[in-house]
Amino acid sequence: MAEGVKPRVRVPKEASVGEAILIKTLISHQMESGQRKDDAGNTIPRSIINRFTVDFEGENVIDVTLEPAISTNPYFEFEATVPTSGTFVFTWYDDDGDVYTDEQSITVS
Amino acid sequence: MRMTVKMLSATVAALTLGTCAALAGPDDDQLVINGDLEIATEAPAPAHLDGALGDTIYSGWRYREDETQSVQADDFDNPGMLGVEKARDLWVESAGTGEESCQSCHGEPEEMAGVSPTYPKWDETAGEVQTLTMQINECRTERMGAEPFAYDKSDAVDMTALLTSVSRGMPVNVAIDGPAEETWQRGHDLYYTRFGQMELSCANCHEDNNGQMIRADHLSQGQSNGFPVYRLKNTKLNGVQDRFKGCIRDTLAETFAPGSPELIALELYVASRGNGLSVEGPSVRN
Amino acid sequence: MNFTRRKTLMTGATAFAAAMLPFGAYAALSDDAIAEFTGGAEVGSEGITLTAPEIAENGNTVPIEVEAPGAVSIMVLAAGNPNPDVGTFNFGPLAARQYASTRIRLAGTQDVIAVAKMQDGSFVQASTEVKVTIGGCGG
Repeated sequence: MAEGVKPRVRVPKEASVGEAILIKTLISHQMESGQRKDDAGNTIPRSIINRFTVDFEGENVIDVTLEPAISTNPYFEFEATVPTSGTFVFTWYDDDGDVYTDEQSITVS
Repeated sequence: MRMTVKMLSATVAALTLGTCAALAGPDDDQLVINGDLEIATEAPAPAHLDGALGDTIYSGWRYREDETQSVQADDFDNPGMLGVEKARDLWVESAGTGEESCQSCHGEPEEMAGVSPTYPKWDETAGEVQTLTMQINECRTERMGAEPFAYDKSDAVDMTALLTSVSRGMPVNVAIDGPAEETWQRGHDLYYTRFGQMELSCANCHEDNNGQMIRADHLSQGQSNGFPVYRLKNTKLNGVQDRFKGCIRDTLAETFAPGSPELIALELYVASRGNGLSVEGPSVRN
Repeated sequence: MNFTRRKTLMTGATAFAAAMLPFGAYAALSDDAIAEFTGGAEVGSEGITLTAPEIAENGNTVPIEVEAPGAVSIMVLAAGNPNPDVGTFNFGPLAARQYASTRIRLAGTQDVIAVAKMQDGSFVQASTEVKVTIGGCGG
């Protein structure tokens, strides 16, 4: 597993039906672009998170393809509308095959 | 707010007719973190400056563009808080032979509120001025029987960021008299010493020319109240002495190492130039 | 000229062109990426918003926002980067609006481009120039 990768998400605890819910996510990750060189002049191999998805009770909210031009510690902000109470599942896919997930429940009334 | 800045630049441009004045002084924005933590980004200049920075000192936050400023206004948006979170794990981790953690003695990190604004400060037992990093390392080696953190490397910077984060909003308040005076004076002398092939002192940029452009960048007063700083440039938390090292290196000089007596003295002196500004660390700068 | 590194990014004629005229070639790469995304379809300019700072204080971390009501997906490109691809936002049925914000890397002053694919299969595009400042001490 890539070192020190820690996902963070911010979802309101409650929302009303039909309300647009603002969600923010940030994951600590170097996002090594493959464009940089080390002190010895060798190219540092690319190592990034290449996909990020958000689902709610099996239905998709957003599915993002990331390229090396996304900054270190990838940050996303977007909005969801959910019909019922339930759980958001956040998934980040690393080039090295690792998958990081986080979950956050919301009460909809 | 943007409007004010633009009008101000227009006025000054008119006043300095014929010169190529690039005005990039502090804006009028106010910093409130998480909607409730008010940060004093300006304060009356400390008496010891004797007017060198005018009547008012400003945090570097006031010299930044709105996009950069806003990242610091919310802890979720501020990637510097990732370091704080890592340090919260270090805080409770038993390290060394004593099987003690920071928490064993100090309780919750929040109980350390008010500590960081007084550093660097005189340590009677050690008989020297100590920075917060030195104090952390003293705890580790003397109390916990653990290895010290490498100076201004990630663990050390994360831990200082945790300690500044719980003191955010409190005024920087370092003592410059008594036993600390000698070190403070040394830092003062270093601040005004021209280094390197460029023959630049700290004062040449941050005292004589703050509010001007340096290439395409705004020169701030070089205050240290925001350290550790998450820089958009290197996308990590940076310790204050690591920054000094870089500044002096950029004058094309043989620079000083973080943890050296020179940079310890300089850290105390630069902190004293910001006495009265709120602690902001971990702040966000370019 | 480090030809082998470039070759990993581009192939054939594009790589040759890039070796001769790097900036023009990077722009051509983003044109290629748009053509691939749209399948060569005509691209309109209404109904998409791209928000980015006029001046970015550091190219390593530039905040951007895209929104295109009714879009299926929005692709973002940085025309002046060695690899112009930035990312693509695909919106699911639970997206409240077709909006996203992120932070991107720009290798210098250049155009940032957003292209949205709409539900009816049409495409719209917006672009904005972001000036990337050079820091005071070479950064």
